[in-house]
Amino acid sequence: MIELLAPALLAGLAVALVAGPMGAFVVWRRMAFFGDTLAHGALLGAALALALDVNLYLAVVVACLAIAAALVGLQQQRQITGDTLLGIVAHTTLALGVIALSLQKSVQVDLFAYLFGDLLAVNWRDVLALWAGAVLILVLLAWHWRALLSITVNEDLAQVEGVPVTRTRLILMLLLALLIAGAIRTVGVLLITSLLVIPAAGARRLSRTPEQMAALASLLGLASVCLGLTVSWYADTPVGPSIVVAAALLFGFTLLRRPDS
Amino acid sequence: MSQLRADNQTLVAVHGVGLAYGAHSVLDDVSLTLEPGRITTLIGPNGAGKSTLARLVLGLTRPDRGRVERRAGLRIGYMPQHLEMDESLPLTVDRFLWLAAPGRTRARRDALQRTGVAHLRRRAVSGLSGGEMQRVLLARALLRKPDLLVLDEPAQGVDVSGQDALYGLLGQVRDETGCGILLISHDLHLVMARTDQVVCLHHHVCCSGTPEAVSRDPAYHRLFGPSGGMPNLAVYTHDHDHDHDLSGDPHHDAHQGGHHHD
Repeated sequence: MIELLAPALLAGLAVALVAGPMGAFVVWRRMAFFGDTLAHGALLGAALALALDVNLYLAVVVACLAIAAALVGLQQQRQITGDTLLGIVAHTTLALGVIALSLQKSVQVDLFAYLFGDLLAVNWRDVLALWAGAVLILVLLAWHWRALLSITVNEDLAQVEGVPVTRTRLILMLLLALLIAGAIRTVGVLLITSLLVIPAAGARRLSRTPEQMAALASLLGLASVCLGLTVSWYADTPVGPSIVVAAALLFGFTLLRRPDS
Repeated sequence: MSQLRADNQTLVAVHGVGLAYGAHSVLDDVSLTLEPGRITTLIGPNGAGKSTLARLVLGLTRPDRGRVERRAGLRIGYMPQHLEMDESLPLTVDRFLWLAAPGRTRARRDALQRTGVAHLRRRAVSGLSGGEMQRVLLARALLRKPDLLVLDEPAQGVDVSGQDALYGLLGQVRDETGCGILLISHDLHLVMARTDQVVCLHHHVCCSGTPEAVSRDPAYHRLFGPSGGMPNLAVYTHDHDHDHDLSGDPHHDAHQGGHHHD
């Protein structure tokens, strides 16, 4: 059993580890819907990767960044508000992605695996790539931690104090795109936001500092992956959704604790 | 944003700036110089462009016309009008200050002591009252050892004795560090008393100069009306200057403790 599950487990843990601090920023900066939109757009990236026969991760990162840039451009006008724009872009790119995938003649594409992830299908090469990506994201996060936190608290104050606000915002966007690219094969397009948001939300009630919250979110995510995989193995449930339900259960437990502060 | 020459003492020089949001002109041909050791107060009614001018000084906004020059290596401490903290971010006051001054725990404690809120160090920022938050924000601005301190409506939500203490503290900081201070206010309470230069703004500079000179300027009275904010101003002037009546308004009593017709 362990030989079969080991790659899946290690891949899931890599994603959950990074989803902790990244999810904390998504929660603090109210980017949940934004992350969701990027994830939906990732499907389009994956479809294009198949059609053009280029690297999947690269294509997804490029697609996410293109969508982020398009959103920034669209937000220049004021008659359609941000969340409406996100709704338009998210579902349009999702639809385009599904159409593009269905048009693939050469390979049979398992759409379900892209939407909900297929952790059990990852091989050791994927695991290696995921951990390399995870380490890269964590290093970049640690390096820019204070700047990221500063612009999250107040962008004006950060800028007056010499933080390069625009660059820091771009770094956060890039890290999010990298994470989504890694997660698309493991938990899938539709569930990645939940792995970002649910553990971070659970960690909030147990934390008094941002670092505590980020670390606890990682821990809750790791526990969710272990729990979800176990349930999936014994009850033969789909892996991705099982992990999300496990995360939601753990979040439910944190509600039992009275908030301090 | 160009730089002033190194031998120039001036902190920030604003030359004839203009700025419009669409068809609505916010600032028109406004000039202003900020010098070290001098407290400059920007007064004017709501929507007069005071905050926009401050944002130009801070480098947060670019002017459409004119230019803003700053001294090379200028360190600015900024206290925004208010800061909304999202409760989703757990942050103690000490961590909040750490964002501006990493490493120096001692310095952070001293800064809080200075603004009279040392007891809040371990409290969550999101739970602070308006007045507490203002003092924490001031501590954060002071922590940067600024050459220029910019405060947007620092007296908002602070009671009168708190305001008095606040302006007293600003005067002290100026005397000790020699920094320049730019204050924004829409009311005249106490502000005039503690300031070296007053700039009266209503999209353009209506008048500027010492508090005494501005208070005699007809443009000032056109802007604030014969009695707008006057009683408090008169209280101050009575304390320090018996030579002139401020408003010349017969209904206005310039004497402290005098009777009021209401």
